[in-house]
Order: sequence, then C-alpha cells, then structure tokens
Amino acid sequence: MLAFLLVVIPLLFAGLMAAVPSNRWRPWLLPVGSGVHLALTIDALAANKLVQLRDSAGHVWLELDPLGKVFLGVICVMHFLCMLYAPGYLRLRPERDNRVLCSCMQISLSMMTLVILAAHLGLMWVAVEATTLASAPGIYFNHNPRSLEATWKYLLICSVGIALALLGSFFLAYSALYSGLESTLAFGDLVREAPLLSKPWLHAAFVLLFVGYGTKVGLAPMHTWKPDAYGEAPGIVGALLSGGVTNCAFFAILRFYQICHAAGDATFARQIMVFVGLLSMATAAVFMVRQRDFKRLLAYSSVEHMGILTFGIGIGGAAIFGVLLHVINNAMSKGVLFLSAGNIHRAYSSKSINDVHGALSVLPLSTALLLAGFLAGCGSPPFAPFISEFTIFSATLASGRYVVGGLFLLLLQIVFIGMGTTILSVVFGKSSLSASDTPYRDGVLTGGPVVLFMVFVVLFGVYLPTPIRNMLNDGATFLEGKPPATAAAAAHELPLRAGPVPPTVAAAQP
Amino acid sequence: MDHAFHESLDLLLVVSMLLNFFVLVASNLRTAIYLVGIQGMVIGIMPLLVHQGLDARVVLLSLGTVVIKGVFFPRMLIFALREIGFQRELSPLLGYIPALMFGAAGTGLALAFSSTLPLLKEHVRPDQVGHLIVPAALSTALIGYVILCTRRRAITQTLGYLVLENGIFIFGLLLVEAMPLLIELGVLLDLFVAVFVMGITIQHLTRGFESDSTQLLSALKE
Repeated sequence: MLAFLLVVIPLLFAGLMAAVPSNRWRPWLLPVGSGVHLALTIDALAANKLVQLRDSAGHVWLELDPLGKVFLGVICVMHFLCMLYAPGYLRLRPERDNRVLCSCMQISLSMMTLVILAAHLGLMWVAVEATTLASAPGIYFNHNPRSLEATWKYLLICSVGIALALLGSFFLAYSALYSGLESTLAFGDLVREAPLLSKPWLHAAFVLLFVGYGTKVGLAPMHTWKPDAYGEAPGIVGALLSGGVTNCAFFAILRFYQICHAAGDATFARQIMVFVGLLSMATAAVFMVRQRDFKRLLAYSSVEHMGILTFGIGIGGAAIFGVLLHVINNAMSKGVLFLSAGNIHRAYSSKSINDVHGALSVLPLSTALLLAGFLAGCGSPPFAPFISEFTIFSATLASGRYVVGGLFLLLLQIVFIGMGTTILSVVFGKSSLSASDTPYRDGVLTGGPVVLFMVFVVLFGVYLPTPIRNMLNDGATFLEGKPPATAAAAAHELPLRAGPVPPTVAAAQP
Repeated sequence: MDHAFHESLDLLLVVSMLLNFFVLVASNLRTAIYLVGIQGMVIGIMPLLVHQGLDARVVLLSLGTVVIKGVFFPRMLIFALREIGFQRELSPLLGYIPALMFGAAGTGLALAFSSTLPLLKEHVRPDQVGHLIVPAALSTALIGYVILCTRRRAITQTLGYLVLENGIFIFGLLLVEAMPLLIELGVLLDLFVAVFVMGITIQHLTRGFESDSTQLLSALKE
C-alpha cells in the first residue's frame, strides 16, 4: 500500500496543480507535494518498512530493495530541495504560465519513484520513458527558439535511446523465455534464474540496454542532448535532470548489470562500462576546456560524473560503495551548481563568460556557493565527492589496473583546470554589472535551498552517518551478491551484511 | 501454430518489410505518412496470427495498435503537415538511392544476424526455418533509425521514430504470450504521449520558424 501511495500521491498533487487557477500561489503546492512524499519515504527507510505491492496472483509489481533505498532517498531529498527553490524562482517569472511546469515536476517525481520501485522491468521501461516526456515541458519553459531546439533534440535523442532499451528489454525477455522461465521480466526471478539465461540473447540485450538507457544517462557518445537541454532549461530543471532523472536511468543500467553479474557475465559488462565511463570523462574534459557558457559547462560536468559512476561499476569490488556514495554526492553538488548558476544567469541575463564577470560582488551568496560547488564537483577535499571519487580511484589501484587508474586521475585533472578557468572568470574580476543594474538579489527563497544542498555536500565530506553508511553497504552487497529471498530474511541478515567499512573511506574520514 | 498461420504471418512480415523501402524513397510527405500508417495497421493484425484463438487480451492489443498506429498517428501528422502547408521533403542528408542501398544492406545483415540467435521450437516453422519475425524486426528498426538520422523535417524524423517503434513491436510478437497486458498497454500509452508531445513541438517549430525543418535548429553548438 505504501508503495502505491508513493507513486500516486505526487500524481494527485499534479492534478491539483493543474486545477489551481492562480499562477502565483500554485508553486507553493510544490514543496507540500514533494514534502509529503519525502516524509513517507524517510519513514519507510528509517523504520525499514516493507514496501511492496503484489497482485491477487501473488506477482510482485512494486518493491523497494536495498539498492532502491539509496536511489529513492537521494531522489526524494533532491526533489524536495528543488521544490523549496521553485516558489522563489517562479515568483521571478510572473510572465510565464507555470501550470504545465508545476504539474510535470510532480509527474516526474511519481515516475522516478516508479522507476525505483518497479519489480517488473517492462514497467520500469514505461516509467523511464514517462520521466523523459514529463521533463520536456521544463526544457521548453522559456518558450524561445533556442529552448525549442533543445527540447526537440532532447525528445528525439532520448526517445530513440529509450526505444533501443525497449528492444533490449524484449531481447532479455526472450532470453528468459528461451530458458523456460515463466514470467519473463520480473526482476527477482531474472536474477535468481540468471545462470540459465540464453547467452547470445543476454549479450545482445545488455548492449542494447546499455546504449539505450546510457543515452538517457548522458554517457558519451550519446550525450549530445545534454549541453543543449541543460543550457536552455531553467536551473531548477537542470538540477532535477542531472540529480534525478539521469540517476534513474543509471539505476536502470544497474538493474541489468546485476542480472549480467548474477549470470556470471560480469566481465563482459564491466569492460564496456570502464571504456564508456572513461570515454565520457574524456569527452567532457575536451568540451569543458575553453567552454564559454557556464550552464553548458555544468552539463559537461554531468556527463563527466555519470562517466565516473559508470567507470566505478566497471571496476567493481570496493568501488561499488564509492559509486553509490557518489550518486548521493553528485546529486547534492549538482543541486548547488545548477541552482546557484541559475541565480547568476537571472541577475546577468546571460550565461556567457563574455558578459559575466565579478559575480561575487553582485551576488555574494550565490557566487560563493557556485565556487564551493565547483570545488566540490571537482573532488576537492573536504567536500563529499572527494571521498567517493577517492574510494573509486583507490579501488581501481587495488584491483591492479594502474593504466586506467592513471587515465581516470589525468581526466579529473583536465576537468578541474577546464572548469576552473570558466568558473573563476565568472566569480572574480571587475564586475560587468553593478548591483544597482539588476532587480535580482540573493534572498532566502532562492538562496536557502542552495545552502541546504551545500550542507549535505560538506556534511558527507566530513561525516557519513551510520544509517546511511549501512544503507550504502547493503546496496553494494545487494548489487554484487545474491538478493535476499524475502524482506524478513533481509532484515535478519542486516547486521552481517553491514560489513566492514572499505579501508579507504575509513582512512579518509578525520 | 499451423501451416496456414505461418504462411500468412510471413506474408504480412514481407509486406511490412517492403513498406520500409517505400517509406525510404517517399519524397511526398503525405504519402510517407500514409505508408507508415498502413505499416502500423499491418503489424497491428499480426498478434492475432501469432496467438491463435480469440483471446480478449490479444484482441485488445491488436485493436489498440491498429487504432493508434494506423489511424491516430497518421491523422495527427497530416494535421501537422497542414500547418506547414503540405511542403515536400527537403533534400535528405543521404540521397534516396544510397538510402535504399543502405536499407537493402541492412535487411541482409539483419537476416544474417538473426540466424545466429537461437529461437524456441514454437517460433520455428515446421520446415525448420525460423520465420521472419526477428529479421523483420531488426531491419525495420534499422531503417527507421536511418530515416530518423538522415531527414531534415521534424515530421519525417517523427515518422522514422514510428518505423523504429514498429520494428520493436514486431519483435514483441515473440513475447505476446509472455508479456502482461499492463506492460503492453503502458508501452502503447507512452508511445502515444511521445508522439503527442512531438506533435506539439512540431506545431511550435512551425509557428516559430515558419517551417519544421530541423536545419533551422542550429543555434546550439560548441
């Protein structure tokens, strides 16, 4: 029942928002809808509740597993903080009707939840496609030719990607049918019976699924929609895409990786993932150097970080913990970056570093947050992404892969230099705008939520609370191990599964 | 599946593969839209042949597909075409003849690749030859992708997307009995909304640029 509520409540709020006539008051419903959803999620996570939905025949349709807990938690917090920012932002845009945007942001939350909870991979596909469609109106929010172009490219590229993922899902289903399984896309059954799956079909399926959902994640070379969409969409939509929707697509890839792993074919999947991960980081690095548009810069940063996540899964072992931690850290630091960059964009009415200099004197809070977000995003201590990237890096070395480890580090360096040049030019220098030229000021409504994002980025850098650490450990064990047969057994096994902390993380903690 | 069903299913699959080639060379947009609509109807009938005996589930799937792919999509795209004043296709990035060659080569490759994939006994004809579902699915998806990548009008790109989806639908025939109805309807609904959103975007493109040529969409680049 709880599983059902988590999906349906945001949909009810979406309907409510479509019905509210006032453009001014409608956005205030956003944090309420997202807050109710967050409260239910936290309650379920904290009390370790069984979140499951079965039909009358006993088939499981929705289920929250240990890996899903990590992603659902991140997405709920991320969405709630963005929705706290929304009323302040939309108040600055009274000329634009926000009915469709508000409804779609709630539909998107519902569908993201469905991606995480879906125990049937066909249902998961439907939900991923729905998140794509629900995000399109957000990208077109500014209703100008540039945002129209970005929306078209986004729709077309992502739809084709997701169509390939559907073909891949069908291949996987056939692979199960071939091996005599009865229900062909039920995730639990597939993992359990994975060794029996027909190998040729499974391999073809994984490639199609990786390319398909990888398009939605924004991995190179399928990333081309990202700079356009993030560049033209409002900062809040960029934050939701980079911290929510792309994470959902990454979660989908993990589902299929887990099946490959259980089938004893992890090496095949891992090689692809290490290669594509590094390629994404390299592509991002190339386009970040001398990038003059700071919102496009953030889009490439998202390509880079999705590359890091994929690379980490390819390395496996202790890196998996690092990847799951990085999912959290990346989402929080992207929240900081996109929202603060959005504030600067609003004040200067430009996102090119030809026009934007010395923002620190005009918008001290937003600019300081952008600078801190940049340092965090590039993996500088003491911020949280340092811990997760370091975990992935040391796991790479520990597995004896010195060459790819060296490449990983080199690409991080190039990204740091490239991103630094652009961000520093925005932050420092003589301001091209005096504070009196713009009506926009840093305020509680548009600054507060960004500060909250930053609190997480700093907190997880110096201290990772034990419940979250346990959640990550469970998620990592679940991904690479046998899934618990029942939720009761899982709860019973928890103390054993919490396992030792990876040594690198322990060493990095003060 | 008895012999007659095999024969008629393979016949329909051949028809749908031929339609691919006609769509590839159709320079008249209205013709192209109708061709894709006809393909939608042809593949919509297929589930009835794969699954013998009139099961309400399969009939619903068939009916939904024929109505959405065969009637609704063509109507919507013709409506969008009216907005831009029945213009013809702009010269494609890949000429019609090279595209046709590419399509033929792709179909050949699809046939070769499908022979490497193992099929279940009930998906193989009595004469030990696998029927055309897998090659038809792969070649249709590939040709849809070619159309999508090489055409300049937003309407034709949408058509390419629909042909790609038709190819995937053909593959789904192997799973008609194994896939829950809920999922099939969900997929159909998503496709419906996707094309609807694309249609709205085409309308905005036409109003903003007085054409739906995606060549005008070149402001965003490095």
